[in-house]
Amino acid sequence: MTLWWAVVAVCAGCYALKLAGLAAPRRLLDHPRVRRFAELVPVALLAALIAVQVFTEQGRPAFDPARTAGLLAAVVALLLRAPFLVVLIAAAAVTALVRGVLG
Amino acid sequence: MDRTTHRSAAVRDGLGVGLAVGLSGLAFGASAVTAGLSVPQACVLSLLAFTGASQFALTGAAGAGGDLVAASLGALLLGGRNTLYGLRLADLLRVRGPRRLLAAHGVIDETTAVALAQPTQEAARTGFVTTFAALYLTWNLTTLGGALGTSSLGDPGVLGLDAVGPAAFLAILWPRLAGSAELRGLAAGAAAVALCASPFLPPGVPVLLSATTVLVVLVR
Repeated sequence: MTLWWAVVAVCAGCYALKLAGLAAPRRLLDHPRVRRFAELVPVALLAALIAVQVFTEQGRPAFDPARTAGLLAAVVALLLRAPFLVVLIAAAAVTALVRGVLG
Repeated sequence: MDRTTHRSAAVRDGLGVGLAVGLSGLAFGASAVTAGLSVPQACVLSLLAFTGASQFALTGAAGAGGDLVAASLGALLLGGRNTLYGLRLADLLRVRGPRRLLAAHGVIDETTAVALAQPTQEAARTGFVTTFAALYLTWNLTTLGGALGTSSLGDPGVLGLDAVGPAAFLAILWPRLAGSAELRGLAAGAAAVALCASPFLPPGVPVLLSATTVLVVLVR
C-alpha cells in the first residue's frame, strides 16, 4: 500500500463515516451499548496513540527525554486551561528546547 | 434574548472556535511533512478527510514507518466518532439531498460542540455553518502553510514538531479524562497495551489492539 492509497482510503472512509451518521435511522442512538462503545473507543485509541508516538521509536519502546518533556508541557498547559494551539506550541517549544540543551 | 441575538452569538462562537482551532492546521501540515508525506498529500487530507485526529493518526503511524493498512484503520476508527455526532446533529440540521452531502463533510468535534451549545435550533444551524466555514478555510490554509514551511526547513526534530501530534491527541482527550475516573483507567490501560505490544507487532497494529480494552470496560 503506497502512501497515496492510504490518503485516499482515509479521505473516502472518513467522509462515509460522517455521512452515515447524518443519514442513519434515529433509533440507532437509543441503543445504550452503541452510544457507550462510541464514547469509549476514541478514548482508548487516543491514549494508545499518545503512548506509542511518545514512548516508542521504530516500533520499540524508547525513552526520549525531549518528547517526554514536551508531553509534560502539554499537560501543564492543559491544567492551566490554555487554548488548543497554545498547548501544541508549548509541547513543540519545550521538546525543541530540551533537545537543544541535551544536544 | 431574541432570535437575532441568538444567531449573532452563534456566529461569534463559530468564528472564534473555527479560527482558533483552524490555526492548528499549521501543526498538522508541519507534522505531516515531518512524517514523510508530501505537501499535496497533507493538503488532500485536510481538504477531503477534514477531521484532525484521524489525520494526525495516519501521519503519525506513517512517520513511525508503520504498516499503512493498520494506520488507515486506526484513522478510520477515530473517524467513527463523527458518525455519532452525525446521529445527534441530524435532528438539529434537518438537511436533505445535496445539502446533506455538503453538511456531512462538516460533521466533526468542533462544529458539533458549537451547534449543541446553542439555545435554539436556528442558532444551532447558524453555529454549525459558521464553524464549518471558518474552520474549513483556516485549517486548509494553515495546513498548506505548515507543510510548505516545514518542507523548506530541513530537520523538523529541531523544532520539536514530533511532539505536536501527541499533544493534539492529549488536548482532545483531556475534557473526557477530567470528567471520569473510568475513562482515565481505560486510557491508562489502552496506553499500556499498546506499549507492551509494540515490540511484537508491526507499527500501527498495537494502537488497534488497544481498542480491545474497551471490551473490558463494557463487560464489567
